[in-house]
Amino acid sequence: MDDELAISVRGLRKAYGDNVAVAGVDLAVHRGEVFALLGPNGAGKTTTVEILEGYRQRDAGEVSVLGSDPGLAFGSRLRGSQARSSRTPRHPARDWRSRVGIVLQGTGEFDELTVAEVVSHFSGFYPGADDPAKVVERVGLGAKAKARTHTLSGGQKRRLDVALGIIGRPELLFLDEPTTGFDPEARREFWELIRDLAAAGTTIVLTTHYLDEAEALADRVGVITAGRVVEVAPPNRLGNRQEALATVSWRTPEGVVETAQSATPTGLVAELAARFGGEVPGLTVTRPTLEDVYLKMIGHR
Amino acid sequence: MTTTTKPAAPVSPAAPARRLGAGALALRQGRLEITQFLRSRESVVFTMGFPIIMILIFAAIFSDEIAPGVSYTQYFITGMIATGLMTVSFQNLGIWIPIERDRGVLKRYRGTPMPKWVWFAGKVIMVVAIGVAETALLLAVAVALFDLELPGTAGKWLTFGWVSVLGVTACTLCGIAISSLARTARSGSAVVTPVALVLQFISGVFFVFTNLPSWMQQVAAVFPLKWMCQGLRSVFLPESFGAQEPGGSFELGRVALVLALWCVIGLVLCLTTFRWTTKRDG
Repeated sequence: MDDELAISVRGLRKAYGDNVAVAGVDLAVHRGEVFALLGPNGAGKTTTVEILEGYRQRDAGEVSVLGSDPGLAFGSRLRGSQARSSRTPRHPARDWRSRVGIVLQGTGEFDELTVAEVVSHFSGFYPGADDPAKVVERVGLGAKAKARTHTLSGGQKRRLDVALGIIGRPELLFLDEPTTGFDPEARREFWELIRDLAAAGTTIVLTTHYLDEAEALADRVGVITAGRVVEVAPPNRLGNRQEALATVSWRTPEGVVETAQSATPTGLVAELAARFGGEVPGLTVTRPTLEDVYLKMIGHR
Repeated sequence: MTTTTKPAAPVSPAAPARRLGAGALALRQGRLEITQFLRSRESVVFTMGFPIIMILIFAAIFSDEIAPGVSYTQYFITGMIATGLMTVSFQNLGIWIPIERDRGVLKRYRGTPMPKWVWFAGKVIMVVAIGVAETALLLAVAVALFDLELPGTAGKWLTFGWVSVLGVTACTLCGIAISSLARTARSGSAVVTPVALVLQFISGVFFVFTNLPSWMQQVAAVFPLKWMCQGLRSVFLPESFGAQEPGGSFELGRVALVLALWCVIGLVLCLTTFRWTTKRDG
């Protein structure tokens, strides 16, 4: 069972002073899965992901990423609760790092180096690195390979980030808000790239606050708000969306819009059609969108 | 299913599953740092050009002798060689590391399997390469225009070597250490530049050290630059000038001791205070 999990998290907590950023998160991400952490700004997405990436120490909880505890990354000392976990997996050092790809939220710019130089340099850190030229091409920067990185646009810099995230051919790829600031076309292209990687067997964990992105890419979505995961489900089942009542609305002969919730909208529409003797004026039948469900979940009703 | 199958891991046909050796990693990192340095015009002008411009200006203003057979220019050039070594290590790192930290470059390196020491090795290789080039340039200008004599004996070259190596090591470690004081990219230069400038004034670079008030000499004697200047004077000034030094000789033993002490202090500060990320991202 554990072997099928790329990530397993139980009771994860992290506070910065009095501010509790992560208040008891449980998560399980399967190998080969595309998992989206969806939540508003400040919900604890980045803190959670950075703990999984080995950038931050947690206050409590059990975390296993590709069979290792990321809290042990770089040999940093652990305090109290973490060190006590008896099933602590083996020390995650360089081998663990080479199996995990990371695309951080902020971009680390190299300024005077070219795209090709940076990607090629980073390929040297990984034992099974991909061909740098191929990766540059794959993220759509082929035409910019010889450009200095500071001349790239925001979207192009993000592609470079992704190139550096996948150059080591990771088993697990973290993407923290990867498409923030992209234009719609760039986002579509980016989604294709993610689908490609997923098809090749890469486990992908992405954080986003775009609902359409989660819906388009993720096998499962975890909704996180105020440091807690409130639901984990495939996008089309989130908040029991499939079972939700349909909303039928139409206009009465007096011009007033009337609305009814119904489990059998087809029957209701047939009844209306009979009542109106044909066309029902202003007829709509809708089910809650992912956005409706999501907003309800994070507390906006 | 009749065949035994392994889980479908992504397979690439021509994956060279070899990790680069430690030496190769360090050299690549050094090459990258040098490339970055040379491509950033401000660093090149500031680090390489500044000492030469200062020599040209000061030599044109002051031309008197400060001791029999020793001109102020010779004294000043020796100080500028030491200053150059400090600029390329202490100032260069103290200004650039905060910028890289702020941009997230360091955080990005930490997310790769690169061993931590490789990054430091890259910086050291860059400092040494630029330091050697810069010193050679200064010496060439000084010999061509201001009659500076290159060391005539193997012993003097040896002194030149160890004073430079110890001085650069101390300044490199202190530069890395002080980089953690800067909270933002911009404050690196605000932290480092005044320190470097004050040290130049009190350590016998612009003014003959023994002409300074004695309290100032005492303060300067705590820091490495004064000892680097003194060590280099033993290389480039006549033997007889030793008598003019505050201790009545060039005190090479004490030069080695103080510089080595600063290496230790710098190393301890680096190991205890170095940060890969800014405060705001944990």
